[in-house]
Amino acid sequence: MQLKEERLRSLLLGGLVGDASAYHIFLSELSAHLRSFVRRRLAHLPEEVEDLVQELLLAIHNRRHTYDSAQPLTAWVQAIARYKLIDLLRRRSRTNGLHDPLDDDYDLLAAADGDAAEARYDLAKLLQQLPDRQRLPILYVKIEGRSVADAAKRTCMSESAVKVGIHRGLKALAGRIRSIA
Amino acid sequence: MKTEDWVSMLATGVDAIDPKRTARRHFLAITGGLLAALAFTGGILRFNPALSHVMSQPMFWVREAYCAALTLLGFAAVTRLARPGTRLGFVPAGIGTVVLVMWIFAATVLVTAPPQNRSRLFFGTTAVVCPFLITLVAVPLFIAILWVLRDLAPTRLRLAGAAAGFAAGSLGALVYTLHCPELAAPFFGTWYLLGMLIPTSLGAWLGPRLMRW
Repeated sequence: MQLKEERLRSLLLGGLVGDASAYHIFLSELSAHLRSFVRRRLAHLPEEVEDLVQELLLAIHNRRHTYDSAQPLTAWVQAIARYKLIDLLRRRSRTNGLHDPLDDDYDLLAAADGDAAEARYDLAKLLQQLPDRQRLPILYVKIEGRSVADAAKRTCMSESAVKVGIHRGLKALAGRIRSIA
Repeated sequence: MKTEDWVSMLATGVDAIDPKRTARRHFLAITGGLLAALAFTGGILRFNPALSHVMSQPMFWVREAYCAALTLLGFAAVTRLARPGTRLGFVPAGIGTVVLVMWIFAATVLVTAPPQNRSRLFFGTTAVVCPFLITLVAVPLFIAILWVLRDLAPTRLRLAGAAAGFAAGSLGALVYTLHCPELAAPFFGTWYLLGMLIPTSLGAWLGPRLMRW
């Protein structure tokens, strides 16, 4: 677990300085741990598991600037996971689960679950609800994989406006997902 | 939507995080909030006309130190609660110690004063308005701190809201000392603290309503 923590932490730190491939590995390895963490606590709501995993990945992405490199990664991720889990249960107002989601063990990295189902979101539909100045930058840069410069040319926006559009758009997406869930 | 595709979408074209981003937002917010608090105190409440005279008295600086210590502790609580998975650590004990030391000092002042002066030392002439004026001065500071917190990731919203209110209240009290004529320890040990606790409770109430993410 200690090794895993070190590995994930250095991958995230790579991601924070802009290494997209390290960041990709970080998110995809973390998603297996998140799935196992969430599945154990949502035993009574199995259809929610993959939705919450994706909501968590988006939350972690949107708030990645709050990670302090002096801090254990597990503590940071698990606090976010618990926050979102409680938020979900509160929205469902079905807090009488089989497992107490409020436990305080740092067991996030104890298990991984690669058996991914599909979440019920449709990214294309969610994107449709965003204004063009957020939707187009996300579409060009995050989905089609174009450079920021290219996206700026296509949208007639400045490069910094494209970056702001992506940042705000992903935050808005998190809000949309919360309101459907 | 497959999680694999979701991960790819998030990781594609990911930008480096500016490590100074949060510090810059803190600086902007506190500067803006402080200017508004000073403008309210100087423009509407008016600075104490005897300020330069009062500043030569040690009790003025005791009052400043009291407010400043609580302000630092309040901001320590805010920055800790703004990050997931961090603990409050020494902060609650620190606040308790500062308040307790001030109360012991205030009690000593009251006990050693002639009985006929005690009521004046405790109530001064502005006790009725003091906590509410501090709350008003704290409003722009509270908004500023909330603006910073909404960009971060507080996971204990009620506590983070209370910390934001306490930091705003104690910094507001520090600004309010430029107007307030009261220099007795029993006065500011009580009424200033009350002035900090009103925004603290408002913050605890507003936190879960305004900071959800």
